[in-house]
Amino acid sequence: MRQSNAYIIIFSAVMTIILGGLLSLTSVGLKPLQDQQVELDTKRKILGAVMDISNLKTDKEVIDLYAQRVRSTVVDINAQPVETDERGNPMVAERINIQKNHKRSKDERYYPVFTVMSESDPNQVEAYVFPMFGAGLWDWISGFVALGQDLNTVKGVAFDHKQETPGLGARITDQEVRGRYAGKEIYDASGSLVSITMVKGENNTGLSVHEVDGMSGATLTAKGVNQMLEYYLSCYEIYIKKQKSGQSVASL
Amino acid sequence: MSTETLEQEVVVKEPAEPLLSKRRKKFITDPLNEDNPITIQVLGICSALAVTVKMEPTLVMSISVVFVIVFSNLIISLIRNLVPNRVRIIVQLAIIATLVTLVSEVLKAYYYDMYKVLGAFVGLIITNCIVMGRLEAFAMGNKPYDSILDGLGSGFGYAWIILAVAFFRELFGSGSVFDFKVFEAIGLNVTNNGLMVDSIGAFMVLGIIIWVQRTKNGYVEHS
Repeated sequence: MRQSNAYIIIFSAVMTIILGGLLSLTSVGLKPLQDQQVELDTKRKILGAVMDISNLKTDKEVIDLYAQRVRSTVVDINAQPVETDERGNPMVAERINIQKNHKRSKDERYYPVFTVMSESDPNQVEAYVFPMFGAGLWDWISGFVALGQDLNTVKGVAFDHKQETPGLGARITDQEVRGRYAGKEIYDASGSLVSITMVKGENNTGLSVHEVDGMSGATLTAKGVNQMLEYYLSCYEIYIKKQKSGQSVASL
Repeated sequence: MSTETLEQEVVVKEPAEPLLSKRRKKFITDPLNEDNPITIQVLGICSALAVTVKMEPTLVMSISVVFVIVFSNLIISLIRNLVPNRVRIIVQLAIIATLVTLVSEVLKAYYYDMYKVLGAFVGLIITNCIVMGRLEAFAMGNKPYDSILDGLGSGFGYAWIILAVAFFRELFGSGSVFDFKVFEAIGLNVTNNGLMVDSIGAFMVLGIIIWVQRTKNGYVEHS
């Protein structure tokens, strides 16, 4: 009886229903918590690109600081503000899945911009943070690049990755490697976009303002980072130009 | 007729085995050393190489594996008389996969940073031969309590080896233990060894552990 086909089919069906039900229940039950974690992670990275937040212990401190200092907008490729997504829901920059967003064509993609306000003057922009997405050596890498008020000098970066080798490519998330980007410039003297390149090898000397020292053993990850930076900075260029001209008008 | 039933009752009423009898203790102690899943049975090498760069992810991985082994052993042992023989491997896989997915979802909800570090490796517990090996070799034919002990034994046997590997790799590869900079703290200037961060380092550490263990135990491969 235990070996009859009917028993096997019924047993498998019952098992599938029980296990499947269990998994869907957990998935649905944990979804809000997971979304919160992802959003918190995004906020941490945005703040982390601009300032040192390692002294913030609890999640609440991060959320509070974020609410106090950061404003967000979403623009399209032509720097026009986007208010609603294709289904008509209001756009929330923090909730945009940069991986899914990356798969759209360049013209249809949403471009979230996070502006971090100065601590003393809440109307003064301290940094513009641009999210980015690209391919590392093994899987995707992503980043938040913060440009200072002049929209040229890098204030800081935060990178993330899925599968880069720990100790090699995964070092892009280390404070020490990220710190190398601070103070570098994305425009040359003539005003054309050159992005920032991570060079091959480590302990290089004589680097220009458009180059950062590389990571020994992780040249391919560095290449991915370089491509990501160059591509997304070009996508944001219209917005950057627009902001710059707006600033010069305002200062006149 | 009546004498037969009497006899049966006598057989059933033998004194209950103590919770940790000598036989049961062996379920736990054997896999720790003489029958270690990694160093003797050479199972679960993949994850032993992949996650052991640092102590913290290794510890989370160990806990996850122990959880999955113990509970899959328990569940399979409970339903061992219901499982049709011809589809038993699929049943085992389905139960392991469910447990592993649970671990992964819980990590994502409560321990997101670790979820990012371990990523695919938690999912790969499904293919960890230790788990399935224990189900097929032990839980299918033993009672639930014994199966739990066996799962604990194999789980800890796996855990202590990968923790040992991770200790040496993090110490020499990153100069730290649980992200605490040991060498800096005691004022030694030791250059980090990049080889230890690579999988090659894990092979070497693991090889040395196996060597030491086999020399001590006098274990030889059967030709």
